[in-house]
Amino acid sequence: MYRWIPFWPDTAAVNAVAVNNLYVAELGLSALIMATVFGMMLVFCIRYRQGSAVSRADRVQKTWHFEIGWTTATLGAFLILFVWGAAIYVWLFQVPPSDEEVYVVAKQWMWKTEHPGGQREIDALHVPVDKTIRVVMASEDVIHSFFVPAFRIKHDVVPGTLETIWFKPTKTGTFKLECTQFCGLQHATMQGDVVVMSGPDYARWLTQQGVHESLAEQGEAVFRAHGCSGCHDANSTVHAPPLAGLYGTYVHLQDGSVRLADEAYIRDCILTPRSFTVAGYPPVMPDFSGQLGEDDLMKLVAYIKSLGRQESGR
Amino acid sequence: MSTTTLERVPAAEPGAETEPSYLTAEHTVASWLFTRDHKRIALLFFASITFFFFVGGFAATLMRLNLATPGGLLQPAVYNRMFTMHGIIMVWFFLIPSIPTTFGNFFIPLMIGARDLAFPRVNLGSWYVFNLSGLVVLYSLIMGGADTGWTFYTPLSTVYANGYVFAAAMAVFINGFSSIMTSLNFIVTIHRMRAPGMTWMRLPLFVWAIYAVSVVMLTATPVLAMDTFLLAVERFVGVGLFDPNHGGDPLLWQHMFWFYSHPAVYIMILPAMGVVSEIIPCYARRPIFGYSGMTMALMAIAILSFFVWAHHMFVAGISVYAGVVFSLMTFFVAVPSAIKVFNWTVSLHKGRISFDAPMLYALSFVLLFTLGGVTGLMLATLGIDVDVHGTYFVVAHFHYIMVGATVSAFFGALHYWWPKLTGRLYPEIWARFAAILTYVGFNLTFFPQFILGYLGMPRRAYTYPAEWQPWNLLSSAGASILAVAYLLPLFYLGWSLFWGRKASANPWRATGLEWATSSPPPQHNFERTPVVTLAPYCYDPQRDTYVTQEGVPHAG
Repeated sequence: MYRWIPFWPDTAAVNAVAVNNLYVAELGLSALIMATVFGMMLVFCIRYRQGSAVSRADRVQKTWHFEIGWTTATLGAFLILFVWGAAIYVWLFQVPPSDEEVYVVAKQWMWKTEHPGGQREIDALHVPVDKTIRVVMASEDVIHSFFVPAFRIKHDVVPGTLETIWFKPTKTGTFKLECTQFCGLQHATMQGDVVVMSGPDYARWLTQQGVHESLAEQGEAVFRAHGCSGCHDANSTVHAPPLAGLYGTYVHLQDGSVRLADEAYIRDCILTPRSFTVAGYPPVMPDFSGQLGEDDLMKLVAYIKSLGRQESGR
Repeated sequence: MSTTTLERVPAAEPGAETEPSYLTAEHTVASWLFTRDHKRIALLFFASITFFFFVGGFAATLMRLNLATPGGLLQPAVYNRMFTMHGIIMVWFFLIPSIPTTFGNFFIPLMIGARDLAFPRVNLGSWYVFNLSGLVVLYSLIMGGADTGWTFYTPLSTVYANGYVFAAAMAVFINGFSSIMTSLNFIVTIHRMRAPGMTWMRLPLFVWAIYAVSVVMLTATPVLAMDTFLLAVERFVGVGLFDPNHGGDPLLWQHMFWFYSHPAVYIMILPAMGVVSEIIPCYARRPIFGYSGMTMALMAIAILSFFVWAHHMFVAGISVYAGVVFSLMTFFVAVPSAIKVFNWTVSLHKGRISFDAPMLYALSFVLLFTLGGVTGLMLATLGIDVDVHGTYFVVAHFHYIMVGATVSAFFGALHYWWPKLTGRLYPEIWARFAAILTYVGFNLTFFPQFILGYLGMPRRAYTYPAEWQPWNLLSSAGASILAVAYLLPLFYLGWSLFWGRKASANPWRATGLEWATSSPPPQHNFERTPVVTLAPYCYDPQRDTYVTQEGVPHAG
């Protein structure tokens, strides 16, 4: 749409289209403000230069009504921009129901991506076109920032939590994936490609990756290896919160608060269970912080989410 | 009319020449190092910050040299340390102290008709503390430098970085005490030591700006001390404050850091606004448009600056609602800035404008500040910030404000007050040339960075894809012009110290009290305490006359 503007960056997602409109509006306003200031300055500087004989009598004495005028005008314009920008922001950062999901683990200095089917990539992410893609992100070390300029979407990947964003690509091709938060020595090279493929191409690509186990299946192995199944399995005799159907529901905690069981919540519960004791259960689960890497945590989260899907499928 | 002039201007009084100027009153080195004269301390600060300006500028030169080619010239580790030290030195060792400690120190007492600042020893102590922090930062730099960016984001800075982060953080810690000492001194001086008749609404806007900035410095800088102290505790002792592996919260650092560092941005720009509000009326020969609006805008910016810090964190993982609130606050703080821009511009209306170097710098300030301001609005707009945050767009934006605007105002102030500081006039042609060169070089350096940013070039990257080379090359070329423009004054101002024409007490026919005393001023500033009867900027462009704040009318 804005291809006629010189140096306009690639626009390849529905997210980008919304931001483009706002950007053009602000460029217009900025140009107007600059032109007003520059124009007034130029005219005054020429007309009232030292050597000019033009009359300086009857200077404006009461200034306040001018000041109120331009205060109101700027405030009004600013509020419009604020509302417009905020609406887009809320829309960008609230994840809609998604068609596809991918997991991203950032570390110094690479992007590791995983698909629910178990396909893994490094510094690359293959996604299908015209689908809403939900991206769950974790960092193994410092703060990174996931940025795809052609999608106009960016979010920091903060260690110690999971962040979720979304995008919906509208055209196929290869687009830059960047880290925009300085993350140490090779920050500049922490870049990759987002490859947007047509649906059939993407399906073919998934099958060609030589994967035997889905992410949830890998998660189940972790679940057993760390003894989670001892208490949380369906046929366990220990009184532990059931995990089937947990994902996406609201959980009442012992301290009276209610939490949405999203990815970040599940991760937090695994690492520091005592901070998230579920109402009606004894606080007996051991702490797993420092014992599980972000990769394993992602797998566990995928597994627990898959339990949810099986539940709702029944 | 002219007889009154002769009577009231001390420099012209018979016998006025007998009191030596502050420069020649004493000659020993000790008389400089242990001086309690605010004017001499201002020059000591001037020497220190000029040194650091060129150290920080040298780091910037290396960076632009590196970015001229996609592959780069420096080792990644060296580049990372260069941009970190460039940031730390330019922010804390040049921009924050720049105008307050030099022109503020020199001219606040002169403009309000006082003999000195309220606490001359604290003022001298501030210079020593500043230099101590300067030595620590030089130690950090010479040993290899910190490699975290000037923002010290955790857990990179506390757990992962291998550079001299501790030394750099301690330099910032110590530096803060100098800011606190200086700002406290200004606040007390402006409250308590104004000459008879110098009411608040007769204060020159430069004094108002320094007052506003002092309030911000005094209240925000202690938070910086806490921040850097906690950073050192985590890095050295390993207490989990910001490191999630030890139960800390990385975002806590960002909140605490920006709680200081966003007001710090206004610490850098408010004094520049004050300078420009002095220069424009003097060279447009008319009163500033909307004096009281200007004072209110200054104070509004100072207060609102404390409520916008999280706009640095829109994509950092704060709640969406927090983002919305901080965006709104950021738009609010932009309103008084917009008022000031319009008032400066309209202050040219029906003036009698001459384009001497200080005025050229002041006009550049207004234009560069406006462009920095409108791009700031884009960054305040949430939807756009998500896209351009962390890219060169941000780099370009804050350089327009902090370098384009503030450094232009600094050079404007230097030229405007040079006769008062030194008793000599600077060579006008060279100065105009430098001012124009600064404007051209600056835009050539930083405008391409807006485009790079929107194309998606991340900041703090030592290498980039080849397709972005043209813009980077343009920026580096501009930087070389800018470097010449910043070096030029060193030569012609240095020349004028020895061979420049001697300046009269009031070479620009200005109204402030600082021009009522001789150039350079005597050690005790005024022969007698001035009595103020008028608001500042009583210029009449129609008759080309002016009346000083003491109520002394002057013909053209």
